[in-house]
This record gives sequence, C-alpha cells and structure tokens, in this order.
Amino acid sequence: MKFLRRTLAIAAKDLRSEIRGKEAVNASVSFALVILLLFSFAFDLEPAVIREIAGGLLWLIFAFAGTLILNRSFARELVNDCLDALLASPLSGAQLFLGKCIANYVLIVIVECISLPVFVIFYNVVPQRLALLFVVMLLGTWGITVIGTMFSAMTVNLRLRELMLPTLIYPMLIPALIGAIELSRVLITGAPLAESLFWFRVLVAFNVVFTILALALVEIVLVG
Amino acid sequence: MRLKIIVTLSVLAGAILAWNLYRIFLQVPDEASQGAIFRIIYFHVPAAITSFTGFYIGMFAGVGYLLRRDLRFDSIAASINEVSLAFATITICTGSIWGRIIWGIWWTWDARLTSYFVCLLIYFGYFMLRRAIDDPTTRARLSAVLSIFACVDIVLVWKSIEWFRTQHPGPVLEIRGGGGMAPGMESPLWWNFLAFLMLAAALILIRTRQEGMRREIDALRRYANAF
Repeated sequence: MKFLRRTLAIAAKDLRSEIRGKEAVNASVSFALVILLLFSFAFDLEPAVIREIAGGLLWLIFAFAGTLILNRSFARELVNDCLDALLASPLSGAQLFLGKCIANYVLIVIVECISLPVFVIFYNVVPQRLALLFVVMLLGTWGITVIGTMFSAMTVNLRLRELMLPTLIYPMLIPALIGAIELSRVLITGAPLAESLFWFRVLVAFNVVFTILALALVEIVLVG
Repeated sequence: MRLKIIVTLSVLAGAILAWNLYRIFLQVPDEASQGAIFRIIYFHVPAAITSFTGFYIGMFAGVGYLLRRDLRFDSIAASINEVSLAFATITICTGSIWGRIIWGIWWTWDARLTSYFVCLLIYFGYFMLRRAIDDPTTRARLSAVLSIFACVDIVLVWKSIEWFRTQHPGPVLEIRGGGGMAPGMESPLWWNFLAFLMLAAALILIRTRQEGMRREIDALRRYANAF
C-alpha cells in the first residue's frame, strides 16, 4: 500500500509539473504534427494505400513524439540536483521508476489521443474498430514507456543523452512496435482479427517481461 | 600461462580451419539444388551460433560484475561482446552473399534477417553507451544492465523464425528439428563451430588483457593527476 502511495506521489508530482509547464507535451504534440505534415510528402495519398500503411504511420508518430517526453523524464530532475534529492529520499528505485513510468504513460497517451484524430482528419482514414485500437494503443504505449523510462534513467547523466536515447530504445522496441503496427493495421482496415490475435500475446508478453526486468534492475541503474 | 593458452587456441583453431577448408572445398560435393554456394553455411551457421553464445556469456559476465562488483568481470563482458559483434557481422555478411546468389538480392526485410540486424544495432548501442561514460564503475554497471535487456531481446530474435512468416531457410540441423544434412556434409560444420569458438576464445583473451592494461593505465593516470 505504501509502495503504491509513494509511486503515485511521484507520478502526481511529474504530472503536476508538466501541467504547469507543459513543455514536454507541447513539444511532443508539435513534433507529431510536423511528422504528420511530412508524411503527406513522403508517399502516394491514395486512400487504399494509406489505409494499408496507417498502422505503421501512427506508431512511427507515437514512437517519435513519445521520445521527446521520455527524454525529459529524468533530465528534468537534473536542475538543482533534484535527482540526488529524490534518491536520498525514502523512495526505492522501483517506486521512483514506476511513478515516472505512470506519468510518462499518461502524457504519451494524451499526445496519442490528440494526434490520432488529427491523423484521421488529415488522411481521411476512419478506424473500423476504434475501441480495440485504443486497447492496442494502451498496450503498445506501455512497452514504449517502460523501455523508454528505463533508458532515460540510464542515459540521464550522459553528455549526448538526447542522441543516445532514441538510438538505444528503437531497436529494443521493435518486437512491441511490430505487434502494435500489425494489430493497428488490422483494426483500421477492418480485416479479420483472428489471425492477428497472436500479436496481442506478443505485446502483453513484451510488457510483462520488460516491466519486471526494469523494476528488478532500476535500483542498480539509479543508485549503483 | 595466458599467452600459452592464446597461442595453443589459435594454432588449434587455425589447424582445424585449414583441415576443414580442404574438406569443404575438395571433399564435400555440391548441394543438389544450390550448387557450390551452399558451402557458405559452414561459416554462416557457426559464426551465428558463436555470436549468440558470446552474447549470452557476455551477459553472464555482466551479471557477474553486478554480483561481485569486480571490474575484471566488466572487462571480460566487454571483450566477449566485442568479439561476438565481430562474429555477428560475419554472419550478416555471409548471409547477404548467400542471399545474392540464391534469392537474387543482397537483403530482404524478412523476419530473421531484420531481427538479426536489430540485435546488431542493440550491440552497437551497447558500445556507444560504453564510450559515452567516463567513470569505469558506472560504465560497468550500465553496460551490464543493457546487456541483460539485450539478451532478453535476443530471445525474441531466436524465436522469430518460428513466430513470423519467413523466407529464411527453416532449421536444417537435426538438433533443431530440421531434416538434417546428407551423411558427411554436417561434420565440417561442427568442426568449424569448434574452431570458431576457439578463435573467439583466443580473441577474447587478447581483448581482456588489453582491457586490463587499459584499466591499469587509467589508474596510473589518475594517480599521476592526483599530485
């Protein structure tokens, strides 16, 4: 119970400071819009083509825009040595990590909820099964968040952290991204879901495995 | 002692490789459907298994560091991963040459190839991370954690051939449930695997020694700077 309370305290702290400053979310949403614009030049705008590749485009937007939020997650604690203060507090590494994960998760989901309708309007693609697509978004985003927050903690003290984070996390995220893209494609085009159900299991397995691994190892990363 | 082991391993690996080259090119007949190019399997598969074996042993060396906090484990882990990365590169290059002849293309975004490429990228990231950190204990700690994450990801790589639709040839060797190769064709592959393992071990020992020397130089430099 205490674990949960402390975790939520960190999440609430991060969310509150983000709501006041809005710097990460603003940057992330603007970036998502820029990518949406760039996509319009990158390929043929035939409706059939777009429906087929919409899943991939959406997840590229989510992954790229999400990195901006993840990058800030631990970096924002560097000012005034806040990270040291947090580590010196009675919080365990796992509580701090999970709290930050939850805050990042909420923020990335917010960015996704803004960019999905814009995508639908710009490219005239209406998802066939919206509710299930939302479930896939929630599952895939947790994978991005766990790996991203963990590597954000690992790279926080590096000079090139803005560069290191995407280089390290995208290859790691491939299994989750493939699963999410495949499921989104099926849900947007309305193709039969039965064959792709397997990817749900991949996504859930990815999330469970890496959440446990990150919680077990985060103390070593943060404290030593 | 260490030098003797290095020399012995290298000489043995060289001898086995030379003997195997003779067998592969002069004794083993061409494969019925692929012709001469199939011989690349004798280098492709052993290099792939060596790299995977290396990445896992590298992870255990990293875990060893986390448990014992001895920087020697970190040196061993870094050396093993570096040599494994070299073998992984050999795997991808030989696979690509084979693909050019059989499929007519150097590369295809088939699941196994993609996953192997992803694995390569993760380990490039591993060495990027190592280079970016100056403090030896932080470097050892973080790279150990990264290699644990990487190895869990490799499990997905390894299983991918069963999970995805793929153009990559299915398992050939009997131990992986394949049909097996013709009698006499499979043994050079295992000998090559042994030779590659010995070569890898020799290279790892050389690299570990270099890492040890570098640690010593760093310590001396810090000592000199203290005055």
